[in-house]
Amino acid sequence: MLRLEEVTVRFGERAALDAVDLEVAEHEIVCVLGPSGSGKSTLLRVVAGLLRADAGRVLLAGRDQAQVPTHRRGVGLMFQDHQLFPQRDVGGNVAFGLRMRGTARAETERRVGELLDLVGLPGAEKRLVGALSGGEQQRVALARALAPEPRLLMLDEPLGQLDRSLRERLVVELRALFGRLGTTVLAVTHDQGEAFALADRVVVMRDGRVAQAGTPLEVWQRPASEFVARFLGFENVVPATVRGTSAETVWGRLPVPAGARQGEGCLLVRPAGVRLVPAGEGLPCTVAGRTFRGITSWCGCGRRAAPRRSWRLRVRCGGS
Amino acid sequence: MVLARPEVAPRDAAAPQGGGPRRTATRLGLMALPLAFFGVFFAYPVASIVGRGLKDDGQWQFARVGEVITDPRIGHVLWFTTWQAAASTGLTLLLALPGAYVLARFDFPGKRLLRAVVTVPFVLPTVVVGSAFLALLGHGGLLDELWGVRLDTTVWAILLAHVFFNYAVVVRTVGGLWAQLDPRQEEAARVLGAGRFAAWRRVTLPALVPAIAAAALMVFLFTFTSFGVIQILGGPRYATLEVEIYQQTAQLLDLPTAAVLTLVQFAAVAALLGVHARTVRRREATLHLVDAAGTARRPRGAAEWTLLGSVLAVVALLVVVPLLVLVLRSFDGPDGYGLTYYRALASAGENGGTFVVAPLEAIGNSLAYGLAATTIAVVVGGLAAAALTRREGRLVRGFDALLMLPLGTSAVTVGFGFLISLDEPPLDLRTSWILVPLAQALVGVPFVVRTMLPVLRAVDARLREAAAVLGASPLRAWREVDLPLVGRALAVAAGFAFAVSLGEFGATVFIARPDSPTLPVAVARLLGRPGEMNYGQAMALSTILMLVCAVALLVLERVRTDRTGEF
Repeated sequence: MLRLEEVTVRFGERAALDAVDLEVAEHEIVCVLGPSGSGKSTLLRVVAGLLRADAGRVLLAGRDQAQVPTHRRGVGLMFQDHQLFPQRDVGGNVAFGLRMRGTARAETERRVGELLDLVGLPGAEKRLVGALSGGEQQRVALARALAPEPRLLMLDEPLGQLDRSLRERLVVELRALFGRLGTTVLAVTHDQGEAFALADRVVVMRDGRVAQAGTPLEVWQRPASEFVARFLGFENVVPATVRGTSAETVWGRLPVPAGARQGEGCLLVRPAGVRLVPAGEGLPCTVAGRTFRGITSWCGCGRRAAPRRSWRLRVRCGGS
Repeated sequence: MVLARPEVAPRDAAAPQGGGPRRTATRLGLMALPLAFFGVFFAYPVASIVGRGLKDDGQWQFARVGEVITDPRIGHVLWFTTWQAAASTGLTLLLALPGAYVLARFDFPGKRLLRAVVTVPFVLPTVVVGSAFLALLGHGGLLDELWGVRLDTTVWAILLAHVFFNYAVVVRTVGGLWAQLDPRQEEAARVLGAGRFAAWRRVTLPALVPAIAAAALMVFLFTFTSFGVIQILGGPRYATLEVEIYQQTAQLLDLPTAAVLTLVQFAAVAALLGVHARTVRRREATLHLVDAAGTARRPRGAAEWTLLGSVLAVVALLVVVPLLVLVLRSFDGPDGYGLTYYRALASAGENGGTFVVAPLEAIGNSLAYGLAATTIAVVVGGLAAAALTRREGRLVRGFDALLMLPLGTSAVTVGFGFLISLDEPPLDLRTSWILVPLAQALVGVPFVVRTMLPVLRAVDARLREAAAVLGASPLRAWREVDLPLVGRALAVAAGFAFAVSLGEFGATVFIARPDSPTLPVAVARLLGRPGEMNYGQAMALSTILMLVCAVALLVLERVRTDRTGEF
């Protein structure tokens, strides 16, 4: 459906996108994950034609889009801050794309009603967008983007401004909705939880480049680099030298699975993989702090020998 | 300790524009009509009058420039022009800044009315301002009758009239911004240990300085090129460059001198506008603004009530009294109060040959001309503003400044230039009625652009992008997104253009035909003749003109958006 080939966008000296290759198949939901400034939004703007690529090609359904203006690309984009038209009511906003395509009036009204039902705002046509809450605006923005049935729907931080519980519920709803409608989706977010819950495939970006791509499970289980691991929230990453089935680290000698890459590298220890045992057994260390994190507490353990604070080992230490 | 600098929130550098060839082409297309308009109806007439003045047998006579500039009489005029403008500006700032503060920060009953009242003078024709002050300070004026004080022979009359005229410029430009400054910034400074005054001086003042500078430059510009006021109040002793140009052109027929003076004024104004454009741009770029509605509060304590009281007193004395006196004079006929002068306006015969037609017909002329001028100004100014919406590019900046030039160029030169340059085919407009609206539109366009531009620029570019993603072509996006949002601003701009067209005097006085004078021209003609009857009629006609302008203004106040524009 969508293919990016070596797409590069430069803002002055800095490359916001640096030879990015990306593919989104029909009916697939792809989530681009990355910290702010990694080029996620730029990616969407290039695909929408709001920004010209300095090099590379953007193909939609196999066609190069270089000469196609935004309004003829047939893609939908839900903006981060919604960008609802303030002078129109909810119905007017949702109907906008249909009007642009010259859909008949009765048909438009029917579709608007349908979509508002779909996003959980039945009968809201006449409400003013200024009077909506953040969550409602988000739903209207979604309905507006869906209305013209774009062949590719792009979402920029779709749930960014919502509170946690609403966000978690909406992610599930969205995934179900897209599955039902068969929508092809390209979303960007900085929230890994959101990306994993929503996407069929996750693309992690760093400084305008793709750092890793794969299914959520692949990315979660085998982060490709220290950056990806840390971005996913893993903190126990230290330099290590692997020999055979053990690795030499600042924490001491640790066992590694058979078949691990040999030599110098980075080692990730999952907090769940470490147990605290009485002094004298295992690796000697001191519990330096304890942070309550809901269901479990995390203990930061340090070894006097560890020269850097960031090499403190985070360990899951249960409810007590 | 170092106090927090005002929070600087640079506008999110709305993703760098691609600036493709198509966009440039669109912008050039939008600019084509305004450029043609200014080329044909501004640059060409001004250039041809300057050329005629400085060319002799096809030879440029640049020696004339030196001769004129070193003429002691001209030197005197230049000096007077400059210092009266500086003094008027200083005096206006002194009297209007407290007014700006009160209107920005205090909430009190009648605030809207006060804002409307102080704005009335600004849209009044200068001729009316002159006659109002003549009625207040002149021979047989209110002060003369009460205390035997006459100021019309002193420069004070001119200065006060200039303050009266420009009070609104300062109140609106500075007060508009002041109201949008977040009061919490001052509160933050207070919490950090600054006293009330220190907080104001270190936080608010630096934020206001560009607006104050911009307002000061505007006032300086208006007073530097002052014509109607000085023509009426200046008498034989005081003349600004503009008045001198008028006399050299219309009375002494000394075109070379007029041409040199035009150039001198042009250079001075261009320099001033350059400075103005810089300050305005800086102001737009660096301030963090909040909704003006939430920053005002009731005055607290004796000091604040006193301040409010004194501002009201100044407005009453300086703005309301002159207007009131003007109205009173118009009714104060030879046989006591009545409508004598108004009746006299209705017939041509009683004017001793001043008019070919009844002066009252001037109302119809003014309205017709004003409507035509407004239409031209809105079309030309609207296109220019649309082209200027995106602020990047040197081309745009140059165009921006160019649009302001007509405000500062000698209107007399423009008017006379029309007469001598637009008199041959293919552009033989000498006998056409359109000549007057064209000249009036020249001063209307800058107002249209200045009113529209902040609103157009405030339209979030991403709204247009949202429309584009939903399938709207650029033109459609403009119609669907921009137009509804700027509709109100367009109405305000039209109102301003209308008021300014009604009041235009310097150019109109040259090109309005004797049988179809506009209101200001008729007022000036009446004032130029001796006798109680003429004077009274001038007052009556001024009152009518004031009413027409005030009605236009009150309509404006109703539709005016919170964004104050730059006036």
